[in-house]
Parts: sequence; structure tokens; C-alpha cells
Amino acid sequence: MNTRFGPSRSAETPLVAGLPGAWTAIAVALALAIYPLIMSSMDEPFYISIGSRVLILALAASALNLALGYGGMISLGHAAFLGTGGYTVAILAKYDVLASWVAVPAAVLFAALAAFIIGAVSLRTRGVYFIMITLAFAQLFYYLAISLPEFGGDDGLPLSARSTIPGLSIDSDLAFYYFVLFTAGLAFVLLYRLVASRFGRALVAIRENERRMAAIGYPVYRLKLMAFTLSGGLAGLAGALLANLSLGVTPHTLTWHQSGLLMVMVIIGGSGYFWGGITGAAIFLLLEESISTHTEHWNLILGLLLLFIVMVAPNGVMSLRERMRARYGANDRATPKASTEKA
Amino acid sequence: MMRHTILKVDKLVKRFGGLVATDDCSLEVSAGEVHALIGPNGAGKTTLLAQLSGELASDGGRILFEGSDITRQPIHKRVAGGIVRSFQITTLLPRFTVRENLALAVQARTGHSFDFLGTVADESDLDEGADEAARRVGLFDVMEQIVGTLSHGRQRALELGMALACKPRLLLLDEPMAGTDPEESARMGELINSLRGDHTLILVEHDMDAVFRLADRVSVLVAGHVIATGTPDQIRNNPQVIAAYLGSDEAESVEEVQ
Amino acid sequence: MLYLILEQALNGLQYGLMLFLLAAGLTLVFGIMDLINLAHGSLYMIGAFLAAAFYQVFESFFPALLLAILSTALIGALLERVLYRRLQRMSHLSQVLATFALILIANETIKIIFGAQPLMIGMPASLSGPIELITDELYYPAYRMLIIGVGLVVALGLYLLVNRTRIGMWMRAGASNPDMAAVMGVRIKPLFTFVFALGAALCALAGALLGPLLAVSVGMGESILIPAFEVIVIGGIGSMRGALVGSLLVGMIDTLGRLLLTFGLKLVVDSSTAATLGPTLASMMVSLLMVGVLFFRPQGLFPARG
Repeated sequence: MNTRFGPSRSAETPLVAGLPGAWTAIAVALALAIYPLIMSSMDEPFYISIGSRVLILALAASALNLALGYGGMISLGHAAFLGTGGYTVAILAKYDVLASWVAVPAAVLFAALAAFIIGAVSLRTRGVYFIMITLAFAQLFYYLAISLPEFGGDDGLPLSARSTIPGLSIDSDLAFYYFVLFTAGLAFVLLYRLVASRFGRALVAIRENERRMAAIGYPVYRLKLMAFTLSGGLAGLAGALLANLSLGVTPHTLTWHQSGLLMVMVIIGGSGYFWGGITGAAIFLLLEESISTHTEHWNLILGLLLLFIVMVAPNGVMSLRERMRARYGANDRATPKASTEKA
Repeated sequence: MMRHTILKVDKLVKRFGGLVATDDCSLEVSAGEVHALIGPNGAGKTTLLAQLSGELASDGGRILFEGSDITRQPIHKRVAGGIVRSFQITTLLPRFTVRENLALAVQARTGHSFDFLGTVADESDLDEGADEAARRVGLFDVMEQIVGTLSHGRQRALELGMALACKPRLLLLDEPMAGTDPEESARMGELINSLRGDHTLILVEHDMDAVFRLADRVSVLVAGHVIATGTPDQIRNNPQVIAAYLGSDEAESVEEVQ
Repeated sequence: MLYLILEQALNGLQYGLMLFLLAAGLTLVFGIMDLINLAHGSLYMIGAFLAAAFYQVFESFFPALLLAILSTALIGALLERVLYRRLQRMSHLSQVLATFALILIANETIKIIFGAQPLMIGMPASLSGPIELITDELYYPAYRMLIIGVGLVVALGLYLLVNRTRIGMWMRAGASNPDMAAVMGVRIKPLFTFVFALGAALCALAGALLGPLLAVSVGMGESILIPAFEVIVIGGIGSMRGALVGSLLVGMIDTLGRLLLTFGLKLVVDSSTAATLGPTLASMMVSLLMVGVLFFRPQGLFPARG
């Protein structure tokens, strides 16, 4: 008999499908560690900084995925947390606090605090109202950023230097890449532990049927708020790294367009799958890089691609594996259709 | 033998705008009994159940469980205290397996849902609880099946199993026989019968035949108010009840049973 | 100061009425079809660009306005047939993403056709001067008075349409309970197409009317989309009356708030800071109002659903 939670011989349920295998994780980590060395040897330093960017946005998208994919909370305001993280680093730097061990945790903390407050209010609403209220809150942050000259107003805040680590320099692209890999790597391990824990399973189950979970005794509101707060904190971490990468923040980071793009990354990859945010961000940025060099109308292609995904493959790239299994696997049990219909 | 009162509902009120759904409703339920709640459509049975489970906040009155006031307690506190409901319309996690469904219910009881980093390795406590609940409702042979692929009758059984996995002292069953065929209905009846004594049950059910067969006592709800409580025999012959049912859909069912 | 406030109040009324033109369509689509349409602002942008294009051809304002309205309505109807009808059955997440995709597509397509430079629409010569509202004291641009007039007429027209006609009855039935409406025999599909075309036409009307006042530019849709959403959430999704009250409220808060906040802030901080802070604070007040309404009256001020 199966002693693990969740069956291995039956069809993949949402609980199992959302988790990564250990070997895949190790392989990905190794590949990411070697990647910049290869790029260095090929004398392509530009691709190292692209790599950093992919990792950072992968973290941001994965943070959103925790709320959106695992928790079913359709937040159109995650740019606010990305921006809070970035602005925290930039404002601290303005007052000569550059130490990464102060700036980065502060960024996470402030973003998590923002998410806690926004979540506490927003999670009392349902459906489209939740979408609208998260959007409105993010808009508040945007207005705040452009209205305060202290924060650089429309122009944003430049970062005079990257955050510092005692005894190390992360000024070079290569060193910064490893800094990002290390930080984001830790965050991904944390995320994995989160979604694989009892908390993560409760969260997925709440997404599937909130009423039932409440009826069997889960404090649904508190669990969702906790997930939203953690999601915001992780997005703040991504924001802090992003500010370090581009040596500054602009209010553009806070626009709802940015929230939309994060959501797009999650969907391209597959919402509710551990690799969803990472795959999505990677595909998104690689497409953007390669297409932008040929045409200035990248947004048109992105729009068409997104429309195609929504209409044809609403569960993203990561669901393809399941689809293949369903089609070719020995398992003849019909898996009920994924929850793309209205709840 | 008269057992102690486990649940006391005291002048409970629920309003929806101008409509009074629960109107000064008072009710006492003894420990270990099967207490049926009947009444014409729109009498407020489902509303009362939702108030007892904590899904709906009450606008007045009190709910006492084992002597302590739980009127303002949120659902999860009431579940922890031992009050669990089932749903009239099957409300499960259809894309999950039977085991996953039950284990989630066990997990809710054993806590640790805020345990972010705990390893997944030791799930024996969840598995044992799930197995136990599955055996109880006769689903042990389909533990690894996806719930959405089960027959309606088995989904109804799981609906009850989910509630049982929470180790309730007071079970609120909202039409457990809804939509089942005669055979499934009979099996559900046996199941409910087997719970008598270990659990206290409040049973809302339209199948009058089942109600009068299973219930120790019956309360009749009309317009949000309990008009009579008694043994099935007393209720059958209560003129007030017969009057209340006349002209409504259930009138025939009551007469049939008589 | 009093005349300045009066003038700004008129500006607020004008802005509010234009917001209403957008919010009316948005709230109907939202309420009747349960569809979250982020691309509603894009129809406003398309309407404005079409008006500008027709204006270049005919060099006359009113024919350009009329043609822009008709063609945008056509585009709206087409979109409903091809895309929105399918989206309606999908999750809110899919709707958000698909309509976000439409914004990207619309913006880029407009850029390809018209270039990145803003276009201008000339206002009718007869309306380019001011009107004397109070002798020697208050002058107000005639064109803005026209916008207010048109806004009021359309608001009245919509009120009559929704409350006095058979189509309006269907709309109200659809907004309060779509399933019931379908069961009662309301032919829901043509109704959807009509509502969408109507919403698009109103967008184009607003876009074209504002053309001579604002630059017609890519991205104009997004800047008005957020206030339009705020309006319908404040007013209550699906409610025409809520859309009107919400629009005027938002218009007034935004316009008068700007003036009064900037004025008030000048007493505290230096005037250049006040000049940037005032308008953004006014915008924030609108967002805060929406948050407050959602928190205390989640169904909006005038709930459409019983």
C-alpha cells in the first residue's frame, strides 16, 4: 500500500502535478551554475546578464504563481510588491545603506508587509472584485511613487552602487549572476518546501474548493492571507535583485502593465506547477530577446501568442506533460477536466 | 434514559434584507441521538444548518454547544470543537483522489497546516485517519481513484466520509440521500444508523420514509421557527404539523408514512 | 477663486460624463456577460484614431465623428462574435489574460498603421470660441459645453433605453440574473452582440469627442481604463445608475480634488511640489474610494443584483 500522501500509480492529481522531481531540480541547478562559465568562455558576457534577468523574473513569476497558481488568487497587483522591494533597496541606498544583509531583508519585509495589508483587505472580496481591488491598490503605489520627489517622481531612483557583501564584490556581471543564483536558489528551495508542505497542500485544496475546506475546519482566510503575504515577500526579493541588476528603479515597475506581464509569464509556463513561473519567465524573456532584435513589434507577437495560449492551451507549457500522459499513458482513468471553467 | 443536551439553540435569528429566514428558532439536541429536521421547502432548514456550522453569522440569539456559547465562533473553531457539516450538493475535491480528500480532512483536525517546511515523509497519521474513514463509509477499495470518476452514490458516501474524518461529535447532514437511487439510499441509511450512539446527528432530509425510520426525534421547522419536536410517532400525529404540511409538496409524503 | 472652482466643476462634469460613456458599456458587459474586459479602453483609443483618420479625409468634424462611431461599433460587434462569446465561458483569469493580449495587439496595430506620433483632431470652427456664462466673469469653451451637452443627452438616452424599451428590459434582466433571463426566453446571444456594439460606439463617441482636447495617442486607452473600472466598481457592477453616479463622483473628485488639494498643499509645501502632489493625491483618493466601497459595500453603491 502506498504510504505517501498522494498516489503514485493513479493519474496525477493537482497535488502531485504541482511538485518537482528531485533529479530535475538538481539537473536544473547544475545547468544554471555552469551556464555563465560557458558564456564567459564563448566571450558572450551579455548573455550572463540576460541570465540574471531570467532568474530574477523567474523568481518574481514564481512568487506570483504561489498566490495565483497554487492559491487561486488572481492578483493583478503584484507589480506593487516587485516595486516595493526595488524602491526599498533604492531608498536605502540613497541614504547610504548599501549592505545587502540589511537592504535585501528589508526589501522582503516591506514587500511582505504591503502584501499583508493589501491581502487582508482584498481577500474579503471575491471573483472579479478581488482582481479589481488588487489592481486599485497597485495603482495607489504607482501614484505614490510618481508623486513623491523623494522617490525620484516620474524618473525613478537610480542606484549609485550595487548592494555590498563583506569580502565580496558583485559588480561584475559574472559575480552578480552567482549572487542572484544563490539568492534566488534559496528562495526556490523555500518555495519548494512551501508547496510540498502541509500548508501547500491545504492551499491547493482551497483553490479547488474553498467551501469544502472551510467546512472541514481550515482557517481559509488566514491560510490564503499567509500565502499572499509570502508571495508578496518573494516578489519583493525579486524586486530588490532587479533594482540591483538595472542599477535603479522606475515607477514603470509599478504599472499594472507589469502585473499583467508577470501573470503572462505564469500562464505561459503553467500556473500551479512548480516549474511554471520559471519556465514561463525563461520562455518569455528569450522570445522577447530574440524577436525584438528582428522587429520592433514584439508586443504584437506577444499579444497574439498570449491569445493563442489562452484560447488553446490555458494550462501552459507544464501541462503538456500531463496531456501527453493522458493521451499515451497506460492509465485509462479519465481525469476530470482541469478547472478552466468558471468556479 | 435521558442523555445530556449537547446542543442548545436559543431564539436564533437570521435575516436576509427584509426576509426573516430563521425566526426565533429554539431547539435542543441530546447527545447520541439522530435528530431529524424537517419542514416544507423554504422553511429555513439549510439556513439554520449554515448558522450551526458557522458559515452564516446569526443576527440574534445564541448557540450553545456542550454548554459554551459558540454563536460568534468561526467555522474552523467549531470544527475543532466537534461540529462538522456535510453538503446537500456534493462538495468535494473532484480532481483529487479519495485518499487525498480524506487525508485533507484528517490534516485539518491534526493541525500543522501552517507548518510550511515540515517534511512530507511522515504521512502515516494522515493515512491512518484516511483509511479509517474510508472503511467506515465503504470506500476503502477505491482509495486511489479520482473522486470525479466515482458514481454519485459513492460521492455521497465520501461526502459523509469527509465529515467523519474530522472526528465530529455533532454531525450536521444536509440531505445525505439527495439524488441517490433506492439501493444507494438504503446503504446510506444503514451507514447513518451505524453512527448512532458514537455521534450526535442532525439530519435534514426530504425522504420522509428515511426520516421516520432513522430519527430518534424529529423537529419541524416552519418559516424559520420550530413548531414541534417529538418522537416520529408524536410528530406523525401532531395536528399542527399536518396543518403546516397541507398544501405543500411534502404533505403527501407525511401522509404516505402515516 | 469661486469662478475657478465653478470652472473646474464644469470640467469635472465634462470628465465625469466622458467617463460615463466608457463606464456604461463596461458595466453592461461586466454585468450581463460576467466578462472582465480590460480591452474596453482600447475601443476608446480605436474610436479616437478612426475619428482622427476620417477627419484627415473629410476635414470636417461631425462626419468623422459619425463614421468613427459606426465603424467602432462594427469592430465591437465583430470582436464579440469572434472572441468575447468564447471568453464568456472561460475563467476570469483567462478573460483577464485574453483581453490583456487584445490591448497589446491593439496598441501595436495602431502604432503600425498610424505611427507612434500623436494625432490631432481639429475642433469645429464654430465651437472654438468661449461662451460667456456669467457676464464678464465666467467664460467657458463652447466645445467643452458641447461635450457636456452630448454627455447629458446620451445619459438620458441610455436611461430611456434601459428603463423604457424592451431591449432595456432584457438588459436589466440579464444583469440581475443572466441564467434566469435566458430561461425566460431573452435571446441572449443577439443581446450580447448589441450590448458590445453599443459599448464600442459609446467608447468611440468619447474618444472622438475628446480628440480635439487631448492628443490622440497610443496608450490613451489604458490611462482611462483604470478610472472607468473604478467607476463601475464604486457604482455597482451592471448598474447604469451606478455608472452615472460613479462617473460624476470620480470626475468631480479628480478635477476638484486636484484644484483644492494643490491649493491646500501650497499653504504647506512649496508650489512646485504642490503642483505634482495635488493631482496624484486626487487620483489616489479615487482609488481609495473604490477600496473603501469594496470593503464596506462590496456590491457597490447601486447593486444591480438582488
